[in-house]
Amino acid sequence: MSLSGTPDARAPLALGAETTVTPKATSLRKETARNVLRQKSAVVGLVILTFLTVVAIFAPVIAPFDPDVSMLDLGIPGTRGDPPCIHLLGCPVDQPQHIMGLDSNLRDEFSRVLFGARVSLLVGIVTVGFGIVIGTTIGAIAGFAGGASDNILMRLMDVMLSFPSLILAIAIVTVLGPGLVNGMLAIGIVSIPIYARVMRGSVLSVRESDFVTASRAMGESSRGILARRILPNALTPLIVQGTLGIGGAILEVAALSFVGIGALPPLAEWGAMIAGDRNLFFSAPHLILFPGIAITLAVLSFNLIGDGLRDALDPRLNR
Amino acid sequence: MTRFIVRRILSSIPVLLGIIFLVFVLARVIPGDPCTATYGEKATPEICAAFAARFGLDRPIWEQFVIYFGSVIQGDLGTSIKFGRPVTEILAERLPVTVELTIIALAFAAIVGITLGVVSATRRNSPADVSTMILANLGVSTPVFVLGLVLAFVFAVLLRDTPFALPPSGRVTAGVSIAPLAVTWGLESLEGVPRGILDFFSNMYVFNTLVTGQWAELADVLRHLILPAIAVGTIPLAIIARMTRSSLLEVLGLDYVRTARAKGLRERSVVVRHGMRNALLPVVTIIGLSLGAFLSGAILTETIFNLTGMGKTLFEAISGRDYIVIQGVTIVVAVAYLVVNLVVDVSYAVLDPRIRLS
Repeated sequence: MSLSGTPDARAPLALGAETTVTPKATSLRKETARNVLRQKSAVVGLVILTFLTVVAIFAPVIAPFDPDVSMLDLGIPGTRGDPPCIHLLGCPVDQPQHIMGLDSNLRDEFSRVLFGARVSLLVGIVTVGFGIVIGTTIGAIAGFAGGASDNILMRLMDVMLSFPSLILAIAIVTVLGPGLVNGMLAIGIVSIPIYARVMRGSVLSVRESDFVTASRAMGESSRGILARRILPNALTPLIVQGTLGIGGAILEVAALSFVGIGALPPLAEWGAMIAGDRNLFFSAPHLILFPGIAITLAVLSFNLIGDGLRDALDPRLNR
Repeated sequence: MTRFIVRRILSSIPVLLGIIFLVFVLARVIPGDPCTATYGEKATPEICAAFAARFGLDRPIWEQFVIYFGSVIQGDLGTSIKFGRPVTEILAERLPVTVELTIIALAFAAIVGITLGVVSATRRNSPADVSTMILANLGVSTPVFVLGLVLAFVFAVLLRDTPFALPPSGRVTAGVSIAPLAVTWGLESLEGVPRGILDFFSNMYVFNTLVTGQWAELADVLRHLILPAIAVGTIPLAIIARMTRSSLLEVLGLDYVRTARAKGLRERSVVVRHGMRNALLPVVTIIGLSLGAFLSGAILTETIFNLTGMGKTLFEAISGRDYIVIQGVTIVVAVAYLVVNLVVDVSYAVLDPRIRLS
């Protein structure tokens, strides 16, 4: 804007070499944010995610009960799978209030769903973080080294991709033993090839470009080139892929918990809660519905944000 | 064309080797002595001696791999710890259930998904488009097992005494029995591979009742398949609908479509004959790629609807710590996935000449 046709005489003074670099970097970020916020679906995703994050952080404050304690131990009357009782909606005041009812162990379902937000958000972010770190390292090595190591690493990635991810994850967890951490590790391992491919592609696309040759000529080390020249270029697809990956990771870890090898009881994890109360389903459907809606909301928020980021960062769509 | 197919088949051989190698490695890194780790309390000295002999546990690791590879290639996936029967036999019996469920779910996902995608793309930003895309977003975000349980509740409990009631469990109503094709056709003397193939198709009840004309039984089988197929098919359906929409929108903006419109073709003809032909290519790929989602969905769905297929077998193997069965299912599923993707690639090349030439 300021370059073209502003008659203001002071404008050119602001165009020193140092000043042009910084504003441009921030403006890309700002522009992305603006493009994301322009999309209704991405805004919906952000709102849901903010809501879930607040719930996760303040779970101990909001939750009326300890998620792991049975009403039996508290001396509060109730039976297995009691339906929701909300005083505001006409539930008799002499009955104890349970917004989402009681689960099969007489625990307050609402408190468990709240605490489940902590588990699932953490699971999604940590799992994808692990996949990204290992995956980008492998992809960077493969792309940078080329030749035999590239071939071996990428063929290994091909083999991993040739399994449906949940099946491979199940096979890995049966080796590692059941548990939330092992489940996360398995889902993380399974996601490595995707990030390795993205990173390798980015490395290959800029490895021979002039600015990389220039930095090499100026004596920058390989590590420096990778960190300062190549990684920033790969960041955009990694962020998009990672955001979408968080939703997938939450779904898959919940599925592992559902088949009994992810989060183990009594941990309040949504998938494990559904698995635990499955037998009560026909008499107490709320025990499936509430954690189910919670999983869907969490996954939906990351999917919407991921789609929004992709559209916002796609230069072809820039208006 | 033949060259492309041969090259594509050759290139999947290393991947096949890799799959078997990876499962072999996973089976070997189980902590502790492999025999006691695999058989747990049942690890008597006799069982362990047989185990060691089978896998050559006293030989170098690469030799063990060769032995393992040899037996897998010959179709020997070991003996189930829980059932005491060859894994291959168990899977041959149960695979048809999963194949049938996957085919029905695939048909449902493809037909509904492509229709919704076309409606969305041709009525861009209309209420129909917006609601379809909202549903598609919800569809990909809902866990298969939650959807399955909710469907079972709605159709088997809430709608129990209405004409819309659907059974929540099993393959047929209790009391209904479907005779194997070998019996119906008087081929009981058949043995070996032909008999195996006949039994495989015979155990796909839709196929069985269809070719023998048992219409009442066919209706019963289909009624039992509706809910699981919707549960398995929903995530791929949502993906297919989104893909069809974006792909068709892109194609409809091209010059040749404008030409078709300019020469006065009816809109339906422009979309179906001109637009869809090109827009469907990426959709075919996506359908092939979602086979993983179908298989993962089948694992979770079969346990909910009590269908004894690969998924339920895997589920039971997990809770029974039946490692041999888990490995067998893993290999079979991965190989099936590999083969289907091969077929998709080849059909893609048949449809689009640019691919086989590059």
